[in-house]
Amino acid sequence: MEKRVIFRHRTLPYLLVLPQLAITLIFFIWPATQALYQSVLRQDPFGLRTTFVGFQNFARLFADPLYLDSVKVTVVFSISVAALAMGLALLLAVMADRVIKGSTGYKTLLIWPYAVAPAIAGVLWWFLFNPTIGILAYALRAVGYDWNHFINGTDAMILIVIASAWKQVSYNFLFFLAGLQAVPRSLIEAAAIDGAGPARRFWTIIFPLLSPTTFFLLVVNVVYAFFDTFGVVHATTSGGPGQATTIMVYKVFNDGFIGLDLGSSAAQSVILMILVISLTLLQFRYIERKVQY
Amino acid sequence: MVERRPITTFITHAVLLLGVLILAFPIWVTFVASTHAPSALASGVVPLWPGDLFLENYSLALGKGLAASGGVPVGRMLFNSLIMALAIAIGKIAISLIAAYAIVYFRFPFRMLCFWTIFVTLMLPVEVRILPTFEVVAQLGMLNSYVGLSVPLIASATATFLFRQFFLTVPDELAEAARIDGAGPLRFFRDILLPLSRTNIAALFVILFIYGWNQYLWPLLITTDESFYTIVMGIQRMVTVADAEPQWHLVMATAMLAMLPPVVVVVAMQRLFVKGLVETEK
Repeated sequence: MEKRVIFRHRTLPYLLVLPQLAITLIFFIWPATQALYQSVLRQDPFGLRTTFVGFQNFARLFADPLYLDSVKVTVVFSISVAALAMGLALLLAVMADRVIKGSTGYKTLLIWPYAVAPAIAGVLWWFLFNPTIGILAYALRAVGYDWNHFINGTDAMILIVIASAWKQVSYNFLFFLAGLQAVPRSLIEAAAIDGAGPARRFWTIIFPLLSPTTFFLLVVNVVYAFFDTFGVVHATTSGGPGQATTIMVYKVFNDGFIGLDLGSSAAQSVILMILVISLTLLQFRYIERKVQY
Repeated sequence: MVERRPITTFITHAVLLLGVLILAFPIWVTFVASTHAPSALASGVVPLWPGDLFLENYSLALGKGLAASGGVPVGRMLFNSLIMALAIAIGKIAISLIAAYAIVYFRFPFRMLCFWTIFVTLMLPVEVRILPTFEVVAQLGMLNSYVGLSVPLIASATATFLFRQFFLTVPDELAEAARIDGAGPLRFFRDILLPLSRTNIAALFVILFIYGWNQYLWPLLITTDESFYTIVMGIQRMVTVADAEPQWHLVMATAMLAMLPPVVVVVAMQRLFVKGLVETEK
């Protein structure tokens, strides 16, 4: 789409795009090419010697059980976060869609966690599950489960999944609710006249019509779980115990800043970049499909 | 709802209330913990009803901070967060507005190249280029400064797209009329386009303020000087104290203070927030 009426000026448009372009080039494009470049080099920790090693950094990564572990952890983590956050949000949205009076009140009470930073969300749940003073750990002990996320990797994983999903429910809720409200009333009424109950109506009419929203949210949630949850992990478990909660983003940070293994960290960055680019393209394909509807 | 059955209405409300309670539960416990003495938290289980030390704990956190973690007053961190969030939100909106204006209302060589260069930023979140970006900022001498905290984050493909889409819907007649009346491009931008974009700017501001406030990794990397700590990253320093249980009552007071501004923004400007959220995802 193009404008028919335009202004003519020789220098002004360049001046207008300059700030955005300059920041993009300095802080986005240049570092990204640096990451690409460093991913094929190996440097000693003091930065004295650098040698070209080709794809060796990548080869070493995929042969490294620790890295493969972190990939596995990330996959488990993001699937759990997406499933939990979307499942709960869908349930709440379906209920909120049925409410006639007071739906705005519920909406207000359900959307505010979006504003809480992931790191803060992590700290809150870290406190609730604290093995010595946390109220939820106490409740679990009362029913016979000895919760300890300092020792038990599964417990630590459950903790970061809950903390990350808690914050994301509001976002999914808003989009599911918008999707539900866009379902034509006449379809639902017709089904009701034909004798379909609420559950049947949901699975045969509403849920299929929601599928574009669901797919869109799936991509958004996976991106969220991959990148935005760094704060949750860093502020609470620090990737531990052992490697149980070392997600890929946390490992990039840890290997680069703490371990000072620049080549490996850059190679990991490149892998993540490829992942973001494919996820973004996936999201754009979805938008194209929505336009055809 | 198509049919009216008291039982399903009851279940609907019960599920919603339960959802609200589950979402609010951590906040309640946090608030309660922030009003007790440290001894009440150290002995066994956290109480479920507020204590009487609300003023003491909050004034201690705001004014003095935690000695064990550098002793930065929370008031200072709140101030840093506010500067950073405002700078990011205003900066992003400002540079995106003018960039979108140039791309929509002018024809110039490399126009599409500019457009795609901006588009690429969408695919490069800080998390995937941590080290090299840090190096660039260090070489520019921007570590431990408000400029370093905000400027590298203010490029925005999303905001540029949003304004581009909006400008494309503005009727051409307006620009034509402005030109006939002798208004130049800057005058048209200031007197016609900006007032028309007001709602979009406000909606975007709400989203970007929260985005800026909740930044974690970036301030963590580039601030080593405590006086530049933002509150969201500062809380991590309070939780991970060496060889001791964190001072939970102060940590929880800090957490409450860290959540308050963005939550108030979302609740108070709910309509703008929803609009912004839906539009930035298009």
